[in-house]
Amino acid sequence: MAKTAESVKTSYQGQIHLLQKEMMGNYFNQLTRCAEQGEGKAAYMLISGNPVELMLAFDLIPVYPEINALQLAVKKVALPFILKAEEIGYSMDNCAYVKADVGMFLGDRKTPFATIPLPSLILCNYVGCNVYLQWFEHLAEYSDGTLYNLDIPFMRDPSGKPSPEDVTYVVRQLEEIIELCEKITGKKLDYAKLQRIVALSGETGELWSKIKSLTKHVPSPFDAYFDSVTMMAPLYCLRGTEDGLRFFEAAYKEMEEKARLGMGPLPEERFRFVIEGPPPWPYLRAFRDLFAKWGAVAVASTYSTVGGLWEFGFKHDSNRPLESIASHMLEWNLTNRNFLQRYDQIRRYVEEWSADALVIHSVKSCRLFSAGQGDMREYFTKELGIPTLLVESDIEDPRYFSEAQMKNRIDAFFESLEHKKIVREASAVGGKT
Amino acid sequence: MSMDEMVTRYREILEESPLEQAAKWKANHPGSKVIGCYPVYTPVEIIHAAGMLPVGIIGGGNRLEIAHADSRFQSFVCSIVKSTLELGLTGKLQFLDGIVFHSICDPARNLGSVFKRNFPQLLVEYIHFPQNMASPHTVNYLAAEYQKLKTSYEQLAGRPITDENLRKSIHLYNEQRKLMRELYRIRRETPQNLSTLETYILTRIGTFIPPEEHIAGLKQALAAAGQRDERPKDRIKVVLEGSFCEQPPLELIEGLEAAGCYILDDDFLLGWRFFEQDIPSEGDPIRNLASAYINQSVYSGVKHDTRERKSKHLIDKVKETGASAVVILAAKFCEPALFDYALYRRALEKEGIPHLYLEFEEKMWIFDKAKTEVETFVESMLFD
Ligand code: SF4
Ligand code: SF4
Repeated sequence: MAKTAESVKTSYQGQIHLLQKEMMGNYFNQLTRCAEQGEGKAAYMLISGNPVELMLAFDLIPVYPEINALQLAVKKVALPFILKAEEIGYSMDNCAYVKADVGMFLGDRKTPFATIPLPSLILCNYVGCNVYLQWFEHLAEYSDGTLYNLDIPFMRDPSGKPSPEDVTYVVRQLEEIIELCEKITGKKLDYAKLQRIVALSGETGELWSKIKSLTKHVPSPFDAYFDSVTMMAPLYCLRGTEDGLRFFEAAYKEMEEKARLGMGPLPEERFRFVIEGPPPWPYLRAFRDLFAKWGAVAVASTYSTVGGLWEFGFKHDSNRPLESIASHMLEWNLTNRNFLQRYDQIRRYVEEWSADALVIHSVKSCRLFSAGQGDMREYFTKELGIPTLLVESDIEDPRYFSEAQMKNRIDAFFESLEHKKIVREASAVGGKT
Repeated sequence: MSMDEMVTRYREILEESPLEQAAKWKANHPGSKVIGCYPVYTPVEIIHAAGMLPVGIIGGGNRLEIAHADSRFQSFVCSIVKSTLELGLTGKLQFLDGIVFHSICDPARNLGSVFKRNFPQLLVEYIHFPQNMASPHTVNYLAAEYQKLKTSYEQLAGRPITDENLRKSIHLYNEQRKLMRELYRIRRETPQNLSTLETYILTRIGTFIPPEEHIAGLKQALAAAGQRDERPKDRIKVVLEGSFCEQPPLELIEGLEAAGCYILDDDFLLGWRFFEQDIPSEGDPIRNLASAYINQSVYSGVKHDTRERKSKHLIDKVKETGASAVVILAAKFCEPALFDYALYRRALEKEGIPHLYLEFEEKMWIFDKAKTEVETFVESMLFD
């Protein structure tokens, strides 16, 4: 079986791929026009839980250095930028997202997908990742731009909830940001417009969470890791816009149909797994094929929740725009939740999405994700008895991906899963007779 | 006791087992509680005001073998995260009733969760230190954060923490910090009379004994240092930066100086010397502590204050101390320190201040390479 599957190379090809390409192309063109023709003003932000709704209310163009770094990696042009950053003092051991972005930023900011505009506002939404603070601190030094650190208290309470003081603190800061945006744009906040944008985010998030629950179907209609990333780009870059909503309407329709027809991304779904950790962007295709060959489909992924955890019940509320933006940033995204909340999230995925195994992709760059994943493995294998595989590479830096090693580990893991499955099926048959 | 005797005695304690001192203290004070403080900074006053002993849990040093923790935290995570977990997994933190982590970096934060899962009997606290230093709302936030901590420690200690208790503790730690500043002042002005290793040892000892005892020791040390009148050696004067969390081995600190520098200032054990002025003790003490963090604390790799650039602080420090160079001594894999270096390097080059970049690990045993690098650097400066 595995032998005939050896050549399976799959990618999801549907309408949404084309739509995604078109919409992201438009988004990047907007960045280029801003950079090259001075059309509009750019606000830099991070992906994890951000107040993009506020930026859009001021017609500021959101720029995400993480998305840019990711695109550089996908297009396989990141390494020269990384090396350039290392030349000027960044360490081999620093997050390579930052290095690729800084290397690009300090040049002419031209990339194969867009020319990146200089920031009018550098808004560091500090949602979990401490590297964010340094990344934007550095960009501010290099560009002399206005830097605002939007401090989001981490989910440290055993309840996993923010305190009332946390919420007030964040709302107060959002009000300060409104003032700052008013200064930068010379416009007053249009509250009704903000409400409309927040409503769009609400609907978009709801569709996304419906899409995500479709992978509970057997077979799963799409891969919740490799295909989710296609949908994550519009979720992050276009959330709060009509286009963004339109994309998710189309995506839901398409995925629902596939689920109804019992179609999946692979010819046969043989294993269902949950995957934790960001993807190896420079080798996404190769990585995907290593699983496809085993008929293994990701039915849920933690990575697809870095920007928001809508599937567990969050929805932006246009009646309380600032509070609900605050709540999204504080509570309803993966990165601001503590490590044990992540264990819980994964456990829920394994149970509710009926997975056979957990795969942890540990990336060197991102210690937010990876630091301590050995303990996570310990918990899932020893405490819960869930087969767990841990593999290492990187999110951005191509020097840390060893395909041969990766292949050996993944093959060995699925071989043993398959063996267990055969034994189980045999004993089930034996039991019946 | 002479300075040499004091330092020798303390050094033995440090090299043997500093944590045993705290364990002993607890054994001698039945019913008392001990709270471990992960670097960088903890508002120890709140712990102390509950009648508990705050103790610095500052890694495992270079004598601890890492045998279990490296399967939990990957090779690219700094050493202190692993050594701290190793201490826990090998039962060396059993004397602790609680431990507190903070939002200094991603690995330390995840370590807090790992501690919670692996040591359910410990009260694991986590302080989210704010990173918006410019907003007037931040003090309220941090005061609320400290208030929560206070409530939690009241429960653990089984007694209320009154404002009077807090004021006394603030007063005490003010005194302790003042004496440490004095120590640093002497070293800065007459580094031939007080070495960095000595200052380090005298400071470090205060992270695991009661502040009252430390204060007495510091007074003695200051008197002894005042007696010294050494002739300055032909060394370059430097400021050392980058060791605010994980600490280098004593031998390395010693080696740096022996290789030909006077270290006029450093950021070792930074959280224990976090304020350059006293924290006011009148008024609302919790609020005072919170506002001191925001407005009075020293800069560090784990605080990102948009009001003033970090690299400016470093340049100012070099100018104020009269140093002629900077040694960046960063813990291997310490992301905050490594990132800062890129900014520091740029600023130092702009100012024409020479610098040397070194990485260390707390588990280091061999110092030859670092020593040679410093020697070469010193030579290049002396014979320039
Ligand atoms: S550490 Fe992780 S979350 Fe933070 S910037 Fe790097 S890749 Fe992004
Ligand atoms: S040494 Fe650096 S990376 Fe390690 S815990 Fe401390 S601050 Fe974090």
